[in-house]
Amino acid sequence: MSILIRGARPLGGTATDVLVDDGAIAGIGSGLSGDEVIDAGGLVLLPGLVDLHTHLREPGREDAETVATGSAAAALGGYTAVHAMANTDPVADTAEIVTQVARLGDRAGLVEVRPVGAVSKRLAGEELAEIGTMARSAARVRIFSDDGRCVADSRLMRRALEYVKPFGAAVAQHAQDPRLADGTACCHEGEVSGRLGLPGWPGVAEESVVARDVMLAEHTGSRLHVCHVSTAGTVEVIRWAKARGIDVTAEVTPHHLLLTCDLLAGYDPVFKVNPPLRPEEDVTALREALADGTIDAVATDHAPHADHDKDHAFADAAFGMLGLQTALAVVAEALVATGRLDWAGVADRMSVRPARIGRVAGQGGAIEVGAAANLVLVDPDASWTLEAADVVSRSRNTPYLGRALPARVVATLFRGRPTVRDGKLVNGLAP
Amino acid sequence: MRHLLSAADLDRDEALAILDAAARMHDIQNREVKKLPPLRGRTIVNLFFEDSTRTRSSFELAGKWLSADVINVSAKGSSVSKGESLRDTALTVAAMGVDALVVRHNASGAVQRVAGWVDCVVVNAGDGTHEHPTQALLDAYTLRRRLGDLADRHVVIAGDITHSRVARSNVLLLRTLGARVTLVAPPTLMPSGVSSWPCTTSWDMDATLSGKAHGDVDAVMMLRVQRERMSGGYFPTAHEYAVEYGLSPARLDLLGADVPVLHPGPMNRGVEISSAAADGRRSAVLDQVQAGVAVRMAVLYRLLSSAAPPAAEDTAARGAVQEVAE
Repeated sequence: MSILIRGARPLGGTATDVLVDDGAIAGIGSGLSGDEVIDAGGLVLLPGLVDLHTHLREPGREDAETVATGSAAAALGGYTAVHAMANTDPVADTAEIVTQVARLGDRAGLVEVRPVGAVSKRLAGEELAEIGTMARSAARVRIFSDDGRCVADSRLMRRALEYVKPFGAAVAQHAQDPRLADGTACCHEGEVSGRLGLPGWPGVAEESVVARDVMLAEHTGSRLHVCHVSTAGTVEVIRWAKARGIDVTAEVTPHHLLLTCDLLAGYDPVFKVNPPLRPEEDVTALREALADGTIDAVATDHAPHADHDKDHAFADAAFGMLGLQTALAVVAEALVATGRLDWAGVADRMSVRPARIGRVAGQGGAIEVGAAANLVLVDPDASWTLEAADVVSRSRNTPYLGRALPARVVATLFRGRPTVRDGKLVNGLAP
Repeated sequence: MRHLLSAADLDRDEALAILDAAARMHDIQNREVKKLPPLRGRTIVNLFFEDSTRTRSSFELAGKWLSADVINVSAKGSSVSKGESLRDTALTVAAMGVDALVVRHNASGAVQRVAGWVDCVVVNAGDGTHEHPTQALLDAYTLRRRLGDLADRHVVIAGDITHSRVARSNVLLLRTLGARVTLVAPPTLMPSGVSSWPCTTSWDMDATLSGKAHGDVDAVMMLRVQRERMSGGYFPTAHEYAVEYGLSPARLDLLGADVPVLHPGPMNRGVEISSAAADGRRSAVLDQVQAGVAVRMAVLYRLLSSAAPPAAEDTAARGAVQEVAE
C-alpha cells in the first residue's frame, strides 16, 4: 500500500509531495498519487530520528520499561531507531543478550532497536566483554559502552578502543572519574551543591576523563564517542581533539540543553540525572557546540524509573529522566526557537549524524527517491503539553508534565509504515 | 508558617517571636512541675532516620512539657535498603493520625520531601548536610542571652563547614537577626560557592579570632569534625587539624573575656576544641543544651497552635474505635 505525503516541507524547505511505497521513497514532486494520503500542509518532513542513548530496561526491570513500551515512546517522539544501552539485568555483555534485545525490538516493530554491548563483563570495568561475538551476532553491535559507569581504568579503555577497530565500532564513554565524582555525587559542584548540601559532581570529573580518552583515541587511532557531554570544558576538549584530527564524536542530552541545576532547589529527584544538570553557562556552551557541530548529536539518555525508585530523598533516588517523547520539542525550544539550528540542522544532529555514528543502515539518509522511508512529520508551529496520560513509557519520571512545549510530532513512518498518525500511535500498535 | 524546614523560613519578626516565646518556656524548666497544657491531645512523632541522642530527647521533652503525646520512631538504615520508599515511610507514620512529624534524615532535602507528601506539620530536625534550623534558633537564643541584641555582632563559625547543617542554618538565621558571620575552615572543608553566601570567610584561625582578618569577634562557634573525615581525605591528621583550627588555650587568649564559645556537640575534645575552651567561663555549651528544649517548645507551640486541630469526623472515628475496643 502506497502513501502520499501531501504538502510537506522536507527539512523545512519548499513544500512538495512525497510518495512512499514498499518501504521506500518512490517519488518526490507533483502529480503523484497513493492509496492513502497524509495531509502534511505546513508540516516539516525530517528523516526518522535516531537515538544513540536509550535505556529500555529489558531484561531485568520490565516494571520500569520494556523494549516494546520504550519503542512506542520512541515512535511518538519521531524516532525510527534507538540504541538500547547495555546496563540491563543481566548486562548486555554477551551475544545472547544483545540478540534477545534486538529480537524484542523486531517483535515490537515500531523502531529499529540497536543493542549497545557492554565494554566490560558485567560492567565491572575489569575485563573486556565478548565484543567480537556481539559485533558479529545478528544484533550487529557497533557501539560498546559501560554507560552508567565510566571505563575508568586507563589500560582497559585503551584495550577497548584498540579491540573494537576490526568491527568498525566505537567505544561510547560515560565520562566520570569515580574518584572525583563517586556514586553519591548527584549535584553539579558549585554554588547550588554548597547551598543545598548535596554531594558535588564537579565538571572536572568529566573533563579529565574526556581529555584522557581523546588522547587514547589518538594514540590507538580508534573511534571514540563521548556520551552526554555536560560542561563547557568538555566541549573545549572535544573541539581541540577534532581540530587535531582525532576520531571523536559526542552527544548531548535534551535536558542538558534546556534545564539548569537551579531546578534542584526543591530537591525533586525528577531533576536527578547523571551527569547532573549544570549552570546556565554550560547550557549556553552546549547549545553553541551542538549548533557549530562540535557536538555531533542529540541523544536522549531516556532513563525510565519506577515511582518507588524516585520517591526517596534526592541523594537516595535513582538517576535519570525520560526523554524520547519530548526530545524533539526540547531541541526545538533550545535550538530552533533561539535561531541556533534550522530544521536541516535538527535533522543532521538528531538523525543523520547519529545514524552514521551508530552505523545504522537505512536511517539518517537524505530525503530522496530510493531512500528507505524512515520519516517523521513535525508541526513546527504547534504548542502542546505533555499530560501524564500521554506518556506511554512504563514510568513517569519526566519533568515536562504540564509544561508547554513547541513543535509536535504528527506522524512517524518506520520502513514505510506509519507508526504514529495525528500524534498518536497507530491503532493496534500500542504495546 | 506551616512547617519549619529551613532557617530561611523565618523572617526577623518570626524568629524574634520564637526566641521571645522560648524565653517564657525557659522559665518553666526551673519549676518543680514542668508541664504546660497547650498541646494536650496533640500527637508528635519524632521520625529519626539517623541516630541522635540530644536532638531527639530535646524534642521529646519539649513536646511532653507542652502535654503532647510524643513517640519516637527510629527508621535507621536507609529506607532504600529496606525496599521501602521514603514516601511510604512518611505516609505510613503520618496515617496514624499525627499532628506533627519531627524528622531527621541523613540525606539533604529529605525533610522537604516529607513535607510535600504529608498533611501534618513537619519540623526539620536536621537533613543531611543541609540545615538544622532549631539548632540555629537555640544558638541564637544562647547568644542573645549572653550578648543581647545580635545586630552588628560578629560571630565566627569554625570547622567542617562543607558538611555542616548547623553552619548553613546559622549563617541564614544570624544574618536575619542582623549579625555578621565569618566562616573559618581549611579550603577542603569550605563549601562550593561559599563566596555567594551572606558572610565572610577565612582559612586563618588566628587572624580571625584576633580580629585582624574581619574585625573584633563577639562570639565563636566551633563545629564538630566527623571521625570519617580525619583519615587523610580532607586534612592530614587530627593533630594537624587541632594545630591549625582547634580552639586551643592560646587561641582562647585571643578572645575577649566575655566572648561566648559555643559548640553544637558532641565535642571532640583535643581536636576542634580544647577542654579549657569547653569547660571555661566563656563556654556556653550547656546553656545551648538547656536552650534547646525551650526553643523547641516555642517552635512546636507556634506551629501546632496555628495548625488546624483534628477534624471533627476524625475525633468521632477515634471515639468509635475506642468504644469498639472497650
